[in-house]
Amino acid sequence: MTMTAFIHHLRKLLRSYGPFLLLLIMIVTLWEWLVRSGTVPAFIVPAPSSIMMALIHNRGLLFGTHLPVTLAEAALGFALSVLLGTGLGTWMHMSRTVERAVYPFVIISQTLPLIALSPIFIMWFGYSIWSKVAVVILTAFFPIVVGTYDGLRTGGQAYSDLLRTMGASRLQLLLKLQVPLALPSFFSGLKLSVVYCVIGATIGEWLGGSSGLGYYSRRMAGNLQSDALFSAVLLLSLLGLALFLGVALIEKAVLGRGGFAAMTGRARRKNI
Amino acid sequence: MSVSKWPPILDQLSLEVHHGEFVSLIGPSGCGKSTLFKLIAGLLEPTGGAISWTGGEVSKRLGAISYMPQQDLLLPWRTVRDNCLLPWELKKGRLEPGKHGAVPGKLKKSRAEQAAQLAFITDMLERFGLGRWADAYPHELSGGMRQRAAFLRTLAAGGDLMLLDEPFGALDALTKREMQHWLLSLWGELQRTVLFITHDLEEALLLSDRILLMPRGGGALEEINVDLPRPRQAGVHATPRFLELRMELEQRLTGADLR
Repeated sequence: MTMTAFIHHLRKLLRSYGPFLLLLIMIVTLWEWLVRSGTVPAFIVPAPSSIMMALIHNRGLLFGTHLPVTLAEAALGFALSVLLGTGLGTWMHMSRTVERAVYPFVIISQTLPLIALSPIFIMWFGYSIWSKVAVVILTAFFPIVVGTYDGLRTGGQAYSDLLRTMGASRLQLLLKLQVPLALPSFFSGLKLSVVYCVIGATIGEWLGGSSGLGYYSRRMAGNLQSDALFSAVLLLSLLGLALFLGVALIEKAVLGRGGFAAMTGRARRKNI
Repeated sequence: MSVSKWPPILDQLSLEVHHGEFVSLIGPSGCGKSTLFKLIAGLLEPTGGAISWTGGEVSKRLGAISYMPQQDLLLPWRTVRDNCLLPWELKKGRLEPGKHGAVPGKLKKSRAEQAAQLAFITDMLERFGLGRWADAYPHELSGGMRQRAAFLRTLAAGGDLMLLDEPFGALDALTKREMQHWLLSLWGELQRTVLFITHDLEEALLLSDRILLMPRGGGALEEINVDLPRPRQAGVHATPRFLELRMELEQRLTGADLR
């Protein structure tokens, strides 16, 4: 990369993320000042500097023990949600009967209050990783089912008529037409889902766990160590952000190429 | 379907197309031209009456009759070449569903077929003036080029009967004229039967052997025989016979209250 290209790139980044960074700095500065000046007591809202100190101080415990546990729960739950969600979404698309029978249950599953359900999961799965994974799946599979199902349904009638005149079977219609057409919607569901995974894992740990960032933050809350609590929340938020970006990168790799870019309107935006 | 409260879209309609003919259908919007095409292609089944053809079983029209709609409907995530290979891909998938477990000899045959198909498409793309665009995506092409690619895909589908539903309807006047002359020059060697929907009288006269006028409601068709000699050149527009036919067509259209 030449120097001018580098500067150009830097400018572009600054233009994209500059406003966000500026606002972030302003908020953090104001926050720090509010706490330091004594307007807000530190045990209610700790100063950003003390959150960072808590993060550094407990880094071994946070990064070595609790973060990997939460990540494992979220990742396992996400993988199973993707399997379950795409499977169910595709099945519902292929069969009207299945759709009519199952879709109400999919929606009912989202109306159940997780907090109330969690003790049941603990009864079933004990304090193992599976009670948390169950909570993760229950929160995270929904956007994938809806993304898959809605995406597959968008398969334009004109296209499928044309492919049928070429003699396409139902399976061929699905693979050659509906799956590619469904990808943008599928990835939207995936991005929502991966963020829900972290939230689900945290809730699972809150309600019964012996490790993980959710468990840690609960314990710190009990000890009134708000700086440590906030540091765990900060890490959880960053974890969700990182997972989201990971999925967004995969999406870009799949949909950013050639014709897909035109379909999703990304090509036009890229030129700005 | 048969006890619908609406009058039938097509009623008392009868037409016959012979092998190797180019027949145009002209009629007002909503007279059922596209429905007729969907019936012929096998996308719809008639509630009454009969469809017969010599290409095979009437019930197996899907996959045997090629259809080209007004919009190019090229798949945006496929290159021009891959779009043109699509009909063959679908056919291949149908013929050998267990292609992964195929015996080596069969696999070799399928490879040879693939190579032959690829060579055919590459050659045709070149002749259609799309050689340089084989690896381009549809959105990178002009409207005329997209329509030519869609036409090649229809051709590659291999049906003896091609149903072209206003294939040049969405193009600007200049490109449209260019495409008409291109199709005219191509027509001699195609050896296909074409049923062509259009709203353009000159286009119909230029390309067809016969023109069928379709009244609203799909009653009996009126026929005009286009006895202009083939091969037709670009200058055929200006010949006295062409102008005469055009006049007759115009009169019949107003007379039959088709517009």
